[in-house]
Amino acid sequence: MTSHRIRHEKARVDFGRPISFHFDGKSYTGYAGDTLASALLANGVRMLGRSFKYGRPRGIVGAGAEEPNALTQVETGAATIPNLKATQVELYDGLTARRTTGWPALDFDLKSVSGRFSRFMPAGFYYKTFQSRALWPKFEHVIRQAAGYGSAPEEADLDSYDHSHRHAEVVVVGGGPCGLLTALNLGRAGLNVTLLDEQRELGGWLLSYPHAIIDGQPGYDWLKNIIAELRSLPRVQIFTRTSAFALHDLNLIQAVEQLQDHLPLAERSETSPRQRLHRIRASHIVLATGAIERPLVFGNNDLPGILTASALTTYLNRYGVAVGRRVVMQTSNDFAYQGACDLARAGCSVVLADTRTRPNTVWEQRAHAAGVDVRPGYAISGALGSRAVKAAKLVKISADQNSISGDGPTIECDALGSSGGLSPTVHLYCHDGGRPHWDEEKLAFVAPAMGRAATGIYCVGGITGTFGLQPALMQAHEVSDAVLAATGKASVGERRSIETDEPNAIPARRIFRVPDGKVEGHGKKAFVDFQNDVTAADIHLAVRENYRSIEHIKRYTALGFGTDQGKLSNVNGFAIAAEALGKSIPDVGTTTYRPAYSPVTFGTLAGPHEGDTFEPKRYTPMHASHVARGAVFENVGQWLRPQYFLKAGEDQDAAIRRECIAARRGVGIMDASTLGKIDLQGKDAREFLNRVYANSWTQLAPGKCRYGLMLDENGMVMDDGVTACISDEHFAMTTTTGGAARVLSWLENWHQTEWPDLDVYMTSVTDHWATAAVVGPKSREVLAKVCSDIDLSPSSFKFMDWREGTVAGVAARVFRISFSGELAFEVNVDANYGYHLWEALLAAGAEFDITPYGTDAMHLLRAEKGFIIVGQDTDGSMTPFDLDMAWAVSMKKPFSFIGKRSFARSDTAGPNRKQLVGLLTEDPSIVLAEGAQIIEAPEVNPPVAMLGHVTSSYFSPELGRSIALAVVRDGIKRRSPEGQNAGRDRLFAYFGGQTHRVQVVSPVFVDPKGERQNA
Amino acid sequence: MKKDYSIWSLFTKGLNYNEGWDPAWRSAELKPSYNVVIVGAGGHGLATAYYLAKEHGVRDIAVIEKGYLGGGNTARNTTIVRSNYLWDEATMLYEHALKLWEHLTEELNFNVMFSQRGVFNLGHTLQDMRDIERRVNANVLNGVDAQVLDAAEVKRRIPILNTSRNARYPVLGASYQPRAGVARHDAVAWGFARAASKYGVDIVENCEVTGMDIVNGRLQGLQTSRGSVRADRVGCVASGHSSVLAKMAGIRLPIESHPLQAFVSESMKPVLDTVVMSNAVHGYASQSDKGELVIGAGIDHYTSYTQRGSPHIIEHTAAAIIELFPIFSRVRMNRQWGGIVDTTPDACPIISKTKVKGLYFNCGWGTGGFKATPGSGNVFAHTIANDEPHPLNKAFSLDRFSTGHLIDEHGAAAVAH
Amino acid sequence: MLVLFCPHCQEKREEEEFGYGGEAFRIRPASPDTADDDTWADYLFMRTNPKGWNWELWSHATGCRKFFVVKRNTATNSIAGSWTLSDGRKVYDAEGGSQ
Repeated sequence: MTSHRIRHEKARVDFGRPISFHFDGKSYTGYAGDTLASALLANGVRMLGRSFKYGRPRGIVGAGAEEPNALTQVETGAATIPNLKATQVELYDGLTARRTTGWPALDFDLKSVSGRFSRFMPAGFYYKTFQSRALWPKFEHVIRQAAGYGSAPEEADLDSYDHSHRHAEVVVVGGGPCGLLTALNLGRAGLNVTLLDEQRELGGWLLSYPHAIIDGQPGYDWLKNIIAELRSLPRVQIFTRTSAFALHDLNLIQAVEQLQDHLPLAERSETSPRQRLHRIRASHIVLATGAIERPLVFGNNDLPGILTASALTTYLNRYGVAVGRRVVMQTSNDFAYQGACDLARAGCSVVLADTRTRPNTVWEQRAHAAGVDVRPGYAISGALGSRAVKAAKLVKISADQNSISGDGPTIECDALGSSGGLSPTVHLYCHDGGRPHWDEEKLAFVAPAMGRAATGIYCVGGITGTFGLQPALMQAHEVSDAVLAATGKASVGERRSIETDEPNAIPARRIFRVPDGKVEGHGKKAFVDFQNDVTAADIHLAVRENYRSIEHIKRYTALGFGTDQGKLSNVNGFAIAAEALGKSIPDVGTTTYRPAYSPVTFGTLAGPHEGDTFEPKRYTPMHASHVARGAVFENVGQWLRPQYFLKAGEDQDAAIRRECIAARRGVGIMDASTLGKIDLQGKDAREFLNRVYANSWTQLAPGKCRYGLMLDENGMVMDDGVTACISDEHFAMTTTTGGAARVLSWLENWHQTEWPDLDVYMTSVTDHWATAAVVGPKSREVLAKVCSDIDLSPSSFKFMDWREGTVAGVAARVFRISFSGELAFEVNVDANYGYHLWEALLAAGAEFDITPYGTDAMHLLRAEKGFIIVGQDTDGSMTPFDLDMAWAVSMKKPFSFIGKRSFARSDTAGPNRKQLVGLLTEDPSIVLAEGAQIIEAPEVNPPVAMLGHVTSSYFSPELGRSIALAVVRDGIKRRSPEGQNAGRDRLFAYFGGQTHRVQVVSPVFVDPKGERQNA
Repeated sequence: MKKDYSIWSLFTKGLNYNEGWDPAWRSAELKPSYNVVIVGAGGHGLATAYYLAKEHGVRDIAVIEKGYLGGGNTARNTTIVRSNYLWDEATMLYEHALKLWEHLTEELNFNVMFSQRGVFNLGHTLQDMRDIERRVNANVLNGVDAQVLDAAEVKRRIPILNTSRNARYPVLGASYQPRAGVARHDAVAWGFARAASKYGVDIVENCEVTGMDIVNGRLQGLQTSRGSVRADRVGCVASGHSSVLAKMAGIRLPIESHPLQAFVSESMKPVLDTVVMSNAVHGYASQSDKGELVIGAGIDHYTSYTQRGSPHIIEHTAAAIIELFPIFSRVRMNRQWGGIVDTTPDACPIISKTKVKGLYFNCGWGTGGFKATPGSGNVFAHTIANDEPHPLNKAFSLDRFSTGHLIDEHGAAAVAH
Repeated sequence: MLVLFCPHCQEKREEEEFGYGGEAFRIRPASPDTADDDTWADYLFMRTNPKGWNWELWSHATGCRKFFVVKRNTATNSIAGSWTLSDGRKVYDAEGGSQ
């Protein structure tokens, strides 16, 4: 095998450090500094996969983010990553990778069989066939199996990811010559500059074109000096291996920094992140993102061994790899000449077909001197070969139009490079709404240097269509000056006149598709988008079928949809579409550029927000006590609440039963700390309550509590809770656990925007207080043991009173309120004493077998009493009247409280509304499903009219039977005994495919007169 | 209608270098007047025109579009089709659409790639499970296929799903609709365009409405960037610009336009053969026929017409997807984008007459319009043709905001509003 | 992602600190009980939802919890400024209200 390595001193690989790696099960050797692509090419590996649709052999085309073909699966097991471009994978010792296409074998791919019928599979063929409803799922299965590249890992990711949030005066994206010079100018002026570059080392194009002379210095020396100075500037930060992949509104850059992917697996740290996502908010952004060379489109242009001219050059100069020894190139511009010269000097035979009849004479001379066989006026109309390029067919091409004017030789070759010009990397410029414009002279969509300077976005170098090194560096000075002026700094000063050894460029030829003398579609396939197998003929077909918008063409053919995001293909596609449409390229326009510029790992986007830290967990001060007592926890918003406490030998039902019985017969204790608590103060606090609650607060005296329903302006119940009057100008409000934050924001909104005249201040004190509810007939006795300064007697401390005192030695507010219907005291103390309070109450209650209970028992106890849970028994469509809670509405309040007006609307005031009722199953052992639907008759022949649904349902230990709450149309009138007379109380509940006979009753199942809570 | 797309036509046209294909639809110049003008050539608008022509015999129809047809939310959604809504009114409307979906490929002679791979709506809290039970029972009673699955069964059917009890929000179960699935979004617009065009409907792209001519409360015609046009009736189906159009008629709608973002991964071998949605962790995912994971996010909370949103939403969604599917952590996002969704106070659409005689609106589909495409077009065509709503969209009239008869579907919309 | 200036804190902060409060300066009917259904519906549900400059309410939810107004262009996401409710009202009125 011919050696592909050309050891030269400018190469950026370390020939002293060989590296072994594995690809597709074979072992190879590369060198430190190689990419997987350069190492594979150096080892003569050409074919890396098969194409998406036709199964055609494919190899490496590019040398960076633009690579469409070489998608590889890197590593195995938990470390595997699908679809990495071999051109972007840094080689490390022991790297293991495989191709992602070619099934069952690379040499024999099933799709290549279908590829022989490709004429019957034009763009969009699947829209026109597989229309049988019965057969489509089978066809689809085949299509899906054939699609896709790499595979998702089969194991969870062991790596971690990090997020970093930054601010910068200037972000410079791109560490090529222009980015470096701009960063230097701005850094010297003392600005806070962040420089981002996606590659391992700074330098950009200079790494591929090291022979450039800048200011008399060899390119690498210039680079070394400028980087050294940049690194010495204290306010300049440089991030390499950091890809700026998105630019968002108001100058926000997102970038991914690869921290460990370049290291051998054994050397990677388990304790530090694999990648870091940077969000950088910048006052100014300088886009020095350069340009990407696009290939020309010609017959069989997808054979392995056919690359862009710049990729051939990069592999030679940067990696010391000659892709082939007999090289044929074709170009429309000056740009390919340097590479052709370099390849020839490295010992390759090089034929360069310049589609221009009159090439740049300086370049022509240099090429001749280097030994390049320049063929002006020639083009490569097609490549020959089956698994790799073997020869190039040259034709003479007319000077004035893109047609063949004569035959040319067929030249054998083992590598082919083409250059159709440079496409500026305008992606970031466009992500947040910027639009590039077509420069007919440069034959490129460009981003103007100052086009968005007003909002702080500047462009410099290749992105602006300034392709020459000298003018680009001069532009870097100009842009630097503009940024300095905008930040109030002095100008760079006297401009160094930058000199390079580049000849003055002459215009490129306007050619995208090289003619083959045939009508489009009749000749060999000429690919525009390699990854999606989109040919020039596909684009013509799309236009013929009236898919004429460039977005239609893109979507119909899949042009630019791949993981390369069309970096090589888009402009060729736009140009070929323009020709097919008979329009100009700017009239055709571009498709929309969307993030990400290069693919971004999900884990990196998520950062630390995964697993346990996906969302914060909130614990009450008593949490450790609950854990010690066998609590099973329930997520309620971010809170973890004990759902029930398991004792040895118990199941969930038994635990709930035990807890409920304790609360009804003895004493239970519940952690109510999660309830939202809002402290309201001010002389208008009372009036404020009158406006935000449905009921009246005018008469509530200090020392008293009241339950309130909070409505939205639509008249529907949105929250509820008890509010205590601390003093005439001070109230303590409670909200539901889940509603706390929303309610506070709601109240603030009303106060600040509607009623700023009201003197009221509110503060969330949810976390300030810990709350233990002591519940049950023995609760007074328990409390009495740890509270001596409150008269707990029924006559002096009544239901719905609250008192200030000392409990277990801690200052406390004790509320005599009840969510269970039992005698109960809710003890609130400073949250720091929550655990102490809890343990003291448990100790005091030990003799009464005090029983901690969780949310399940709480729900059951309150349901036995017909107390609602907002969000469970209501769903945003229930008024207080629907809940039969007219007693909690004061229609006489002078101010039209929130939601009141909505009651009067025809539907809200109308008949036949769903109303809260109790349900009893005929069979007392059947517990209805929460969510069972209520229907009128037992037969189920859909569609069946539904009258409502079960909102809460339990087996009541107190009653020894099941109970349920439900909302039912016209339910209040259906309740027995009134409903019984009319026979309207008999209904059916449907769930799980079965119907159950139920009776509509009052929702209050236990102690309807409320004697217990008043005890 | 002549079925000129078939395996046979692919064969014969293929023999002739695929040169014999006709335009999929006819691009028309705007005529001075029409019987009906539909504003907005997305899936819903084109479907409306198609059904007006096919089922109501209206012959003189134009669909005008400010950009390219199918370029709004039709081109930007995550293609989920299902009908498992909570309230009867919504369920029946979406079920009507789902039934049309099931025969749409054959009806349009255009493969819209409707793939009934089932949709799981995961429950992560006890209240989620109550809501799932309620919704599934309602669906079944309405004749819509639906099942409640427990966590073990969900795991059995989706082995890659994280059903660990130790997850931050463990999966407690799911509702499952077997007939639900995904479709090829662009194909729906193209298929309806082609079918409508065959009925003689004029499709006029790059034609933006700039004003409405209204005399004595009756619509006379429209001003457009391609000149004025007279029309007896105008139906606006311009998702993302409904309020802008309404303003031209002096109408305010109960709509806010928010960004809704989505993203796709790189293309991979099949790994997920169904659709998984999670309201509680704010993410949903399916895998396209091309192999990309198609992932939807929650809406951005501010209003915007920019068709892009804020990156923290995408970051949060990626976290949610990893929470559900830990094996996707190392998978990479290829492309993200945004659409403009018109949200209503009750997460239900508006398909309605307006106070301007001859002017109709079909809007407010929020995050869920794609699934309704054929059904929406079908009932809107009825509404326009008869100047009366179809029984299925009577409840979706504008007057519900005055009477209070809202249909609160926030829970079933599956995306946090 | 937006970056907003809180006129109370006098700080420019990332969007994640803030809560969006919808259109600013919506007026609750002075006497809701006598407003007709359409008037009430217009206040309650109808929105101008402009494409272009929008006066909108934001709260500094994880900061000072104060509400303030922002003038933002919904077609471009560019921001003209932030004001306290009372200062913003003056500017808004000087511009002739909602446009």
